[in-house]
Amino acid sequence: MMYKSWWKILASVLVLYTVVGGLLIKVPALPILHESIRTVYFHVPMWIGMFIAYLVSVIYSVKYLKSNNINHDLMAIEAVNTGLVFALVGFASGMTWANFTWGDYWPNDPKLNSSAIATLIYLAYVVLRGSLEEEQKRAKISAVYNIFAFPIMVVLIFILPRLTDSLHPGNGGNPAFGTYDLDSNMKLVLYPAMIGWALISTWLMTIRYRIRILENKNNQIN
Amino acid sequence: MNLITQIKYLLKKEILLEWRSKYALNGILLYVVSTVFVCYLSFRVVPPLVWNALFWIILLFAAINAIAKSFMQESKGRLLYYYQIASPQAIIIAKIIYNILLMILMATIALVFYSVVFKNNIGDVWLYYLAVLIGAISFSTVFTMISAIASKANNNGTLMAILSFPVIIPLLMLIIKLSKNAMDGLDRSVSLNEIGVLCAINAIVIVISLLLFPYLWRD
Repeated sequence: MMYKSWWKILASVLVLYTVVGGLLIKVPALPILHESIRTVYFHVPMWIGMFIAYLVSVIYSVKYLKSNNINHDLMAIEAVNTGLVFALVGFASGMTWANFTWGDYWPNDPKLNSSAIATLIYLAYVVLRGSLEEEQKRAKISAVYNIFAFPIMVVLIFILPRLTDSLHPGNGGNPAFGTYDLDSNMKLVLYPAMIGWALISTWLMTIRYRIRILENKNNQIN
Repeated sequence: MNLITQIKYLLKKEILLEWRSKYALNGILLYVVSTVFVCYLSFRVVPPLVWNALFWIILLFAAINAIAKSFMQESKGRLLYYYQIASPQAIIIAKIIYNILLMILMATIALVFYSVVFKNNIGDVWLYYLAVLIGAISFSTVFTMISAIASKANNNGTLMAILSFPVIIPLLMLIIKLSKNAMDGLDRSVSLNEIGVLCAINAIVIVISLLLFPYLWRD
């Protein structure tokens, strides 16, 4: 199924639609936010893409420990790399948006801090891989760390911000998106954007994974 | 031997080894005491918010130093011996329990010495002590597994810090909030939420350690 092309076409169409629709379709005129609310079409899907990448990574780490197949390990690291790219773009879009609406690039907000720490966890994963030479050992130890860190990452992103006050909607007593400021027009763009970027994230992972496999083959001595 | 007996023997061995040399124990205690003293000489008087944060930072670094050793000191030959007589679950549980005991002892002494040197009013002393106990347990459960991972990767001290800081920060944030509640003397029912989440995270961490350690320990 992963090698079929229909979902790649779907991803491209959805993302193209959200770029055009996100900039043209009417948005509700809200105080402070104004037109900057359009950033939501590009900011939120990045975190969806990141989370899907990390989820794929932990699934393949579990698979690796079960099978000892080195290809599963390659998928896990490439998923983390993809997730890190999505996280960086998510930070860039979020910080720009925050500067215009909350008046600061880095307001003291639990969601920002949590996602920064989650990014640190995965950067540590990359550093851990760098410190190990032997292929099977590196794969095994980094898989163990990846699985160990994942539930803590989930706590960090989904549970902790809900316990404290946050500027983001849906946390610490703030009403969630969709209750008042997301009208049906915006949902028409936001939901396809989420699906589209999630598919793009998967697509990127598979491309990187196939490149890695080819590199591996090239490096082998026959 | 069943699991409980194995854990009992391994734990006894850990404590006996420590008691004979007293190297880790004395080293860590001296580390805590001198860090507290360095902080006292540089700060003299601190506002309550800083008092709380400073205490946890001291404890965090002491814990990393104490627990990083737990797998490094095992020689290759001794590890081979363990493979033959004990199950991996018994080893990791024994290590976690030993580290919890060590950390509770250390944290208690640190708390007493810290509050003697730095004068500060704690509203609800027993709740604060509970926060310290939960903190000691959380540090032990998380750092034991991380030190097992780091010990496989060339025993690198930097790696231990890099791997453990991001993982411990969420727990640390909850613990600092809980101990701040205790300092302010808030009603205990306010803190139930934090205690619940901390216990849940600790349970998850222990279960994952049990599941993952068997994959980690054999080369």
